Amino acid sequence: MQNLLTKFKESKVVQFFKTNEQVQILKSLLKGNIRQYGMILALILIMIFFAITTNGVSLVPLNITNLLLQNGHILILAVGMLIVILTGNIDLSVGSVAAFVGAIAGIMMIKNDYNWIISSIAALGVGIAAGAWNGFWIAYVKVPPFIVTLGGMLLFRGLTLVVLKGASLGPFPDEFNNISSGFLPDIFGGTTLHILTIVIGIVFGIGYVISVILARRKKIRYNFEVSPLWVTILTSIFVIVAINLFTFTLARYRGFPNISLILFAVIIIYAFITRKTIFGRHIYAMGGNYEAAKLSGVKTKRMMFLIYTNMGLLSAVSGLVYAARLNSSTPKAGNLFELDAIAAAFIGGASASGGVGTVIGAVIGGLVMGVINNGMSLMSLGIDWQQVVKGLVLLLAVWFDIATKNRSK
Amino acid sequence: MSDYILEMKNIVKIFPGVKALDNVNIQVKSGEIHALVGENGAGKSTLMKVLSGVYPHGTYEGKIFFNGEECLFKNIKDSESKGIGIIHQELALVMYLSIAENIFLGNENAKRGIINWDETNRKTIDLLKRVGLSEDPTNLIKNIGVGKQQLVEIAKALSKDIKLLILDEPTSALNDEDSQNLLNLIVELKEHGVTSIIISHKLKEVEAISDSITIIRDGEVIESLDMKKDHVTEDRIIKSMVGRELTNLFPERKAKIGDMMLEVKNWNVDHPMYDRKILKDVHINVRAGEVVGIAGLMGAGRTELARSMFGKSYGKNITGEMYLKGKKVNFKDIPDAIKHGLAYVTEDRKNLGLVLINDIKRNVTLSNLKKLKKNLTIDENKEIVEVEKHVKSMNIKCSSIQQFTRDLSGGNQQKVVLSKWMFTDPEVLILDEPTRGIDVGAKYEIYTIINELAQAGKAVIVISSELPEIIGMSDRVYVVSEGEITAELTKDNVSQEEIMKHIVSVRKEGNQHAKSTN
Repeated sequence: MQNLLTKFKESKVVQFFKTNEQVQILKSLLKGNIRQYGMILALILIMIFFAITTNGVSLVPLNITNLLLQNGHILILAVGMLIVILTGNIDLSVGSVAAFVGAIAGIMMIKNDYNWIISSIAALGVGIAAGAWNGFWIAYVKVPPFIVTLGGMLLFRGLTLVVLKGASLGPFPDEFNNISSGFLPDIFGGTTLHILTIVIGIVFGIGYVISVILARRKKIRYNFEVSPLWVTILTSIFVIVAINLFTFTLARYRGFPNISLILFAVIIIYAFITRKTIFGRHIYAMGGNYEAAKLSGVKTKRMMFLIYTNMGLLSAVSGLVYAARLNSSTPKAGNLFELDAIAAAFIGGASASGGVGTVIGAVIGGLVMGVINNGMSLMSLGIDWQQVVKGLVLLLAVWFDIATKNRSK
Repeated sequence: MSDYILEMKNIVKIFPGVKALDNVNIQVKSGEIHALVGENGAGKSTLMKVLSGVYPHGTYEGKIFFNGEECLFKNIKDSESKGIGIIHQELALVMYLSIAENIFLGNENAKRGIINWDETNRKTIDLLKRVGLSEDPTNLIKNIGVGKQQLVEIAKALSKDIKLLILDEPTSALNDEDSQNLLNLIVELKEHGVTSIIISHKLKEVEAISDSITIIRDGEVIESLDMKKDHVTEDRIIKSMVGRELTNLFPERKAKIGDMMLEVKNWNVDHPMYDRKILKDVHINVRAGEVVGIAGLMGAGRTELARSMFGKSYGKNITGEMYLKGKKVNFKDIPDAIKHGLAYVTEDRKNLGLVLINDIKRNVTLSNLKKLKKNLTIDENKEIVEVEKHVKSMNIKCSSIQQFTRDLSGGNQQKVVLSKWMFTDPEVLILDEPTRGIDVGAKYEIYTIINELAQAGKAVIVISSELPEIIGMSDRVYVVSEGEITAELTKDNVSQEEIMKHIVSVRKEGNQHAKSTN
């Protein structure tokens, strides 16, 4: 036995993995970003698992499209929630705010026949106001966010019931309903394939490569160390393949759903803000050490106010998208949305004490939950078992986070 | 058997990089009041932690004998059960519990987990009587004053049948009357056979009540004296406390003192929560190219002064005028102060200075990200260049600028904080305990940096508890005591004895000061 083990250790394959430079570089890259790659890997594994258990049904174009339609509103919330969680706090009111915004939209469009664009803008304004309400109490009166947003959760749910008088309103005008049920028209007139979608995929792929090349060139001009060229090429190929596989799959059904455009816009804007701007830096600093950030000149009060106000805005976007999808305003809309959004951020690697987490991570976390829901439904396992599994996944993901953190110490 | 209740022999306690206690011997006679004095950081508190089991047996060298018996305490419970009680500077009372609940916390009068409240309250009344307090045992701690809280702490210790009582700065938060009550109580307890060790900076009190005294400096016992036999005076104690030689621990600097940079007049600040004056009529100023030291004990108001100047980040009801280069200024918040060229390096590096879970790069640029702004974004390439420059000039030892600051040594962490403030291009730097918890080599580097800043025409204010540091670095020294400036000393008349005199003889001087301004 011992003999076999040493033989294995000395075998060429093992030696190759131990000594090969390329493998070592990949290894160190993986180690440094185990949380991010781990999340993506977990998502892929879960998708493969369901592809097997459902005989491939989970990966058909229709189902991938459904995944976007079913989870768009949660992913939008997860992005905003991630930013709140980065500060080490929480917002429990988002589901109620989403419901309230949906109700306002319904009353304006359905009851009063206002134009759908004007109504949507007004409804977004209501969401911003609701977020500012939370933000005011949290930032300037210093009531703990948990309490303020728990109050907000009850308050806005109550207001929803008041304005809807307890009944549902529907249906919405077609144009509005189109946000969540429509698809991007194909200007190239494809028949079996949605050509515009494929074109967008290719354009994004090329754009990605150009941005990578530009960033690399700049670094070289500054004389900075850059990762080896083959690593860059490898990751670029991976990203391009992933993007185009995704767009091709969508194209085989009806192309990009409209909601996915809103979703991608939200993800790109907030990933940009958190990663590239001063505002983003200040969020992370504040979450990492509130007092130190304050003494370093970060306007912590104003930041808290803006972050919660922004959460109100994203809750409103989510509420509109959801109302359009249901094609009605109901008093029960948005129930437990807050918990799904919070879970998404945590599964995606955010830390409850603040300062750690990414927008992309939260989106992947939301997708993990969405894929599990969707896959279990396809396996005709009901909402009961879905909840059990989701609970366990949340626990495991955070445990994994803590375990890897302890090891790195 | 000897007549010593406590003997600590050859105690050595080493923290990573620092010898906190170096071969300390101390003997306390049964039934006496023994004073333990020394500067901040001399090792008094460490010694008492060794004695009470906070640092368990095995983490230090040397032997402890209590009543002739060797002690091998594993925790505080062990030392308590032997009859050693310690009352810390910061009271360990739970504000929202009653007096009785606090006294018997962890030591409840209970049968099968159910508390007998009648018994508890009856015992509490007895204990309160012993410390001269007539309060209802069911009163909440938060509703009685600090002086009474202190007495409750003592009652709590007495409830455990204490033979040796250790009091760490018991009167530091008390007014004159409460202090006197407390001191009387300690003398009374002595008559009932309780031995006390009292740690204090107030030498007048020490002189008044103690029978013998041990003076500690830099982790070593300088001398132990019998108060009566050796005719101990305040001057004698001060000399022993500070009597080390000033070696050339400090780099040379030729001061080129320029125009007035920052001036603060009639500065008054109240405690942010209570109606208590923290700073009274403070006047200070600092010129370009000058290093001004602020000496004083912890809690004297040094940090509060610095932070109230730094964009009103401490206190309420701040009144007074501030002039920057002769122009009257009024910073409304911290960003405003930074914009005007102020920088404040906090004494609490880990909790207030750094974002420990962020890397060096992000910490250095945090206070002035505007400098890196390009359109909507932060120019991250320029950021790397800038930060590398600082890491090099400050000689920060790190694997890369992407290393987390929590993984750096104290000295390197401090250099990151200094870099952060250098990145804001300040004109006035306030450094609060800039070398606390830093080893000697890194200290020298920090001093060099301070000198370079002054040489470059910046105005530097250094707050420090270490007198040699204050004297070695400063062109001018203010002494702060109980919220007032009690002395302004120049290079010609500054000495450790002189500073210490103005620190310890506060009360007298403070009253005179108050009279003269009224």
